[in-house]
Amino acid sequence: MNLKKKAFELRKDVVEMIYRAKSGHIGGDFSLMEILVDLYYKQMNLTPENFKDADHDRFILSKGHAIEALYVVLADRGFFPKEDLDTFGTFGSKYIGHPTNKVNGIEMNTGSLGHGLGVGVGMALAGKMDGKNYRVYVVMGDGEVAEGSVWEAAMAGSHYKLDNLTAFVDRNHLQISGTTEQVMNLKSQENRWAAFGWNVISIPGNDLDAVDNAVALAKKIKDKPTVIIAHTVKGFGVSFMEDKLVWHHRVPNDDEYQAALQELDRRGARYE
Amino acid sequence: MNKIANKAVVNNVLVEVAGKDKNLVVLCSDSRSSASLEPYVKNFPAQFVEVGIAEQNLVSIAAGLAACGKKPFVFSPASFLSTRAVDQIKVDVGYSHTNVKLVGIAGGISYGDLGLTHQAVSDIAALASTPGLRVYLPCDRFQTEKLIRALIQDDEPAYIRIGRNPVADVYEEGNVPFALDKSTLLQDGTDVTIIACGEVVQYAKTAGELLTAQGISARVIDMYCVKPIDEPAIIKAAQETKLILTVEEHVKIGGLGSMVAQVVAENSPTKVVSLSLPDAPVIPATPAQIFKYYGMDADGIVKKISALKSDLFS
Repeated sequence: MNLKKKAFELRKDVVEMIYRAKSGHIGGDFSLMEILVDLYYKQMNLTPENFKDADHDRFILSKGHAIEALYVVLADRGFFPKEDLDTFGTFGSKYIGHPTNKVNGIEMNTGSLGHGLGVGVGMALAGKMDGKNYRVYVVMGDGEVAEGSVWEAAMAGSHYKLDNLTAFVDRNHLQISGTTEQVMNLKSQENRWAAFGWNVISIPGNDLDAVDNAVALAKKIKDKPTVIIAHTVKGFGVSFMEDKLVWHHRVPNDDEYQAALQELDRRGARYE
Repeated sequence: MNKIANKAVVNNVLVEVAGKDKNLVVLCSDSRSSASLEPYVKNFPAQFVEVGIAEQNLVSIAAGLAACGKKPFVFSPASFLSTRAVDQIKVDVGYSHTNVKLVGIAGGISYGDLGLTHQAVSDIAALASTPGLRVYLPCDRFQTEKLIRALIQDDEPAYIRIGRNPVADVYEEGNVPFALDKSTLLQDGTDVTIIACGEVVQYAKTAGELLTAQGISARVIDMYCVKPIDEPAIIKAAQETKLILTVEEHVKIGGLGSMVAQVVAENSPTKVVSLSLPDAPVIPATPAQIFKYYGMDADGIVKKISALKSDLFS
């Protein structure tokens, strides 16, 4: 399947999960879907077969609340049966609302924001120490970078010249209380990361080709970690959700559920 | 008096092991000299990571290293490590269950006159309550060595608190009874039990000897393993003696005394009295002066037991 279409099909799976469980973070799931698709279907050396090996690429979803997007990707890639996700949000299910390493394919528990980049720095350092070729990918939200610990990790990443580390900022400009600029001004992400010594690539983050080019480019950069500032649209893929704060964690009602699936079908069909 | 600090013993063990195990990694937060790590850093620069003054990142990086097969030992002043990085410890270490050994140096009131900022008097409360994390407070250099050698062998997370200064030996070289996660009986007795952890165990031991001389039969337990706590030893003491006195370099709330009291109350109710630091900054002084001031040294322990004994035993 064309991967651009795949991104829309996976969004349909997210809608199904959240509609069924009556819980989830649909806006953030949708803003980073192209990032996950590019990494898991194209760029990362990470499969169910090599997941336990020492040499596979590492992925950390630091904005852990976008877990539904990761779950549908992991299921589609064969890390666990898709039917397992029917238990999402039910009593005792291991498929909970944030990543845990009880789930096959997930290495680190996240959800408390501002942790993933530091963990990624540790993983990248381990790779350098052992002369491994694996790469480390960390996806953060834009609201998340208000956490001071992100910048502790940013300092360490450039200090240790971790060119095997690629971070994403899912720059959708919305967080739970309003726009990121209303809550805590984050501008300019590009300038801030550059000031911390990172190679900065700024892209339209829901453009799969742009994501792919950026990830490929990051692999060629030496002696610096790369951050990809992915300018995304929260809720991307369903017009009535796009750039709407309420869809940070609103659950679609029956009409919205049907409308969302239809629009995702329609928009995905463009890439057949 | 012993002149070797517990932290120096830890360093010696790590220097010995690092040459044989390339996965051993030491991290610190601009604290290599406070931790007496210079010999390690000099000999194994490729197995050392300096993170600067950034305790949260210190813990996250260690967790990332551990997730890739490394065996990180993290050194930072216990005050900063235990509470400034508590969310990273909770999530990246305890919850993700990474093989990170957190070594809090200058624990308790080692920095007696530097103020509460530099004192770790609530680290047991903060970290023993963290799911998945073990907590150890060894008492002297010999036990510290045994503990570190044991922990290097396993792949589970742990917090180890040690002090800054040399402490009096509790054990003798070549005679250090030690079982991981089991308390050590220093002296048996039938009237009263003293349970202590960390560097105040020396006072509990001396107090036990003083009480014996006074005709009081005191059991003395070194509870270096605060979590998992040795419940059978506590229950046995509650059943076989008439009073349990706990001694700890920690505030009363959430510390050893609280944990012992809980085990006793649930299993075999007996009077439990806690000697601990106040719910306030301690008086600025040397550690020995502070323990004396708050009645936590050997004389203080004996006085406390003498004051309580008429009600409980004769």
